[in-house]
Amino acid sequence: MAQIPTQPVDIIERFGPHRSVATHLRLDTGVVPDRAVKTHCCFCGQQCGIQLLVKEEQVVAVEPWMEFPFNQGKLCPKGVKRYLQGAHPDRLLHAYERDPSSPDGFRALGYESAIARVASEIGRIQRQHGNDAFAVLSGASLTTEKTYLMGKFARMCLHTANIDYNGRLCMVSAAAGNKKAFGIDRAANPWSDILKADVVWISGANVAECAPITTDYVWQAREHGAKVIVVDPRLTPIARTCDLFLPVKPGRDIALFNGILHLMIENSWIDREFIAHHTVGFEAVAAHVAPWTTRRTAEVTGIAERAIRQAAEWWGTAKTSFLMHARGIEHSSHGVQNVLGAINIVLASGRIGREGCGYATITGQGNGQGGREHGQKCDQLPGARDIANPEHRAHVAKVWGIAPEELPGPGVDCYEIFRRVERGEVKGLLSISFNPIVSLPDNDFIRRMLEKLEFFVVIDFFLTETARHADVVLPGSLHEEDEGTVTTTEGRVIRIRKAIESPRDARADWRIVQDIAKALGRERGFTFASPREIFDELRAASKGGIADYSGITYEKIEKTFGVFWPCPDQDHPGTPRLFEAGSWNPIAKGTGPFYFPDGKARFVVAPYTPPTEDVDAEYPLMLTTGRVVSHFLSGTQTRRIGPLIDHCPAPKIELHPQLATRLELADGDWATAETRRGTCTLQVQVVRTIRPDTIFIPYHWGGAKSANQLTISAQDPISKIPEYKACAARLRKAQGPPAYVAVLEPQQ
Amino acid sequence: MPVPHHMQFFVDPNRCIGCQACVQACTECDSHRGHSMIQLDYIDRALSPQTVPVVCMHCDTPTCAEVCPADAIKRTADGVVQTARKPRCIACNNCVLACPFGVPKMNTDMSLMMKCDMCYDRTSVGKKPMCASVCPSQALFYGTPEEIEKLRPRSRPVDTFRFGHQTITTKVKMMVPRESVLQDFDVLGALVPARDAAFDPMLAMLDVPDCAPGGTDA
Repeated sequence: MAQIPTQPVDIIERFGPHRSVATHLRLDTGVVPDRAVKTHCCFCGQQCGIQLLVKEEQVVAVEPWMEFPFNQGKLCPKGVKRYLQGAHPDRLLHAYERDPSSPDGFRALGYESAIARVASEIGRIQRQHGNDAFAVLSGASLTTEKTYLMGKFARMCLHTANIDYNGRLCMVSAAAGNKKAFGIDRAANPWSDILKADVVWISGANVAECAPITTDYVWQAREHGAKVIVVDPRLTPIARTCDLFLPVKPGRDIALFNGILHLMIENSWIDREFIAHHTVGFEAVAAHVAPWTTRRTAEVTGIAERAIRQAAEWWGTAKTSFLMHARGIEHSSHGVQNVLGAINIVLASGRIGREGCGYATITGQGNGQGGREHGQKCDQLPGARDIANPEHRAHVAKVWGIAPEELPGPGVDCYEIFRRVERGEVKGLLSISFNPIVSLPDNDFIRRMLEKLEFFVVIDFFLTETARHADVVLPGSLHEEDEGTVTTTEGRVIRIRKAIESPRDARADWRIVQDIAKALGRERGFTFASPREIFDELRAASKGGIADYSGITYEKIEKTFGVFWPCPDQDHPGTPRLFEAGSWNPIAKGTGPFYFPDGKARFVVAPYTPPTEDVDAEYPLMLTTGRVVSHFLSGTQTRRIGPLIDHCPAPKIELHPQLATRLELADGDWATAETRRGTCTLQVQVVRTIRPDTIFIPYHWGGAKSANQLTISAQDPISKIPEYKACAARLRKAQGPPAYVAVLEPQQ
Repeated sequence: MPVPHHMQFFVDPNRCIGCQACVQACTECDSHRGHSMIQLDYIDRALSPQTVPVVCMHCDTPTCAEVCPADAIKRTADGVVQTARKPRCIACNNCVLACPFGVPKMNTDMSLMMKCDMCYDRTSVGKKPMCASVCPSQALFYGTPEEIEKLRPRSRPVDTFRFGHQTITTKVKMMVPRESVLQDFDVLGALVPARDAAFDPMLAMLDVPDCAPGGTDA
């Protein structure tokens, strides 16, 4: 039973999160590094180039990598301090198993014994309850090679349909919307197109904090005359100097897009020729947005009418443009509709598939793009193939050397896996690179479901809040301890290079997974000797698919600073910009640039509905959640890096002075935010940069400080992304600091 | 090797996003690992996310050096004002108090004044300073006047500042809007909070400025 073995405070005492600071070699000013390894940051989807400086088999410093074209040396504070995750006092150096009699709840055990126990429990659960009773949760911070292997491991070794990944919390709404409208899921343009745009439209993206390097692209466009429009319930740093700020009410983005399209049509700010030749479905969308007058749009979105009109005019009359969005519109129970609404105003403008005419989602996770293409998503096989499509199944089965019938069918999304735990259908779980007890909404439910598991095994390099529930923990590898590739937010496949070996019993994640396969007696297909071998099989498995990597090699990536997929053969240069006139793709086969048999893009009607849980008299505030610049996702790494903790030690509840006055709250007061799921007591920050009907809490912390105690588990019906960005809440002044303040450090 | 004359440092506060990459990168500089020489502060967080990075401006006639009783602060021939010479610094704090930009910091553990030396170990061998290399928004920029002219057509560099009766010219340049007219103001006057009590950047853009909690769709 995956109950937490002892008090959290005792586990924290031994396993952290503790803060690491630079000491010894890392502070020594006279150190001459043994080598500089050109690789990439382990954090967000931009994957900035970086050099890690190694001395005595330890990463001791960073040096900007000026030649890498995307960031040209630029790094955010997370990139600068990422190296402090190595040689960390919390690092898991052995396998562990749950032991309530131990003071810290766990005892170290030999690696081989741990693997044997994992295999034996998987075998027992699957024999007793069926193959699907064992599920796999994977992560989009892993290299593409590992994500490919996880999908193969679940389907071919465990024969379970139940695998999904934490990209479910990140890019799936964008992916689903892009597939519906364009037939392909990838940023349509390289970031260099931002520089040539007349209008840059940013919806629901806190660019300066979540994708800091993109800031320079946006502002460089502005230096040369671009107008920047930012849509966000909060005035973020990128909004501070934008040309037009639209403070949308959380969860109302489709209404805005529909209102903009209404004005574009009314004023003939649309490209009729492009619409006629390259799209289908415009008439239905035009009829749908007809009732979206500017007055109605203003009432629903909460944005002043004159601002909506100005945005429509700038967008409508631009010669070139780039529209970007991120989780702000995607983390919604109608996230796919939000994305389709955004795409509709892009298609109506006709500005796509050309230089300076672009559209993209800003991918959040390190390998958010590559991690969603090659088979760890519950409904997908490598090459962005569909697990329900017989031809696709046959292709992948052939590469894997099995019969198509041996491949399981579609599984369910990661939240539904926990609902299956509740129903007793899933009894065992393997989790890698995923911290659901911090990152999933309504996380008290997740805690209860972890406790219900018969067997829970975690592969990770630190003991995450989720791993505290594990029966067995296997010590995995840090980003800098393995070779591989990832695919960036631009669709650029790049090389991750190994700087150092994993310490002690820790080892490359792909080796651990193969060791489990071997212990299960199902070694066939899991005898890769290197990530390069995995990549070569992945190339074959993706060949002919939409995400075609077959022409990409490690050497080619290194020669050209990355290769943009699709890249269908060795002589192909890759595809930085999609949808160019006259371009060929395997679906359209020359009929047009979009990935449908007729080569045309789809307008899709995007009906507006309010958030699943709207405000009412009892819970009158909208709660929205997000990130801060110094932390990343569930904080497993950044809440262990001293200088990043110092920058932002603990979450605060952000609210407007108008609301603070009503609630008699002053900056720095303690207050309790409450929803129908839970409560969370934090200090408040009173700022004029948030809507007065909205409160904001960053979500990087666990336990009593976790914003996801409050969030709702409502999901988009298509993408299954949870609605992190809008639920009903109330706020009241607390009597003083909560009990945890005296016991725990801010990051714990 | 001296810092090449055509390579210059520009600060553009308009671009600062407050991410602290510069502060963190500064602690990685080889000559003072573990200590940041950059200050980054909010102007008024309650009103705006505006932040300003403060690096040493490298004055032509540095006040810090002029007031140093121990002659510990040296300016190199190429115009870089250095951290106090360790054997000479008497930790008197004169420089900390006198610098009109508020740059030098006293490291009491080391009894030493420390300040930005424009990454002399990097710039003197042809590299960019650590902070300007990493700055995601390029609020800190290191390059030639021709490059900045091309990259920032809306701004112009300023290197002359007045503090009371003192006029200071600096090696580091501050980017200001191209069309702006610089105003001299009394330092004491600037100590009065500048916040416009009525201005609210959020309420200005709302459909209904008095946005009471509990509002559902109309």
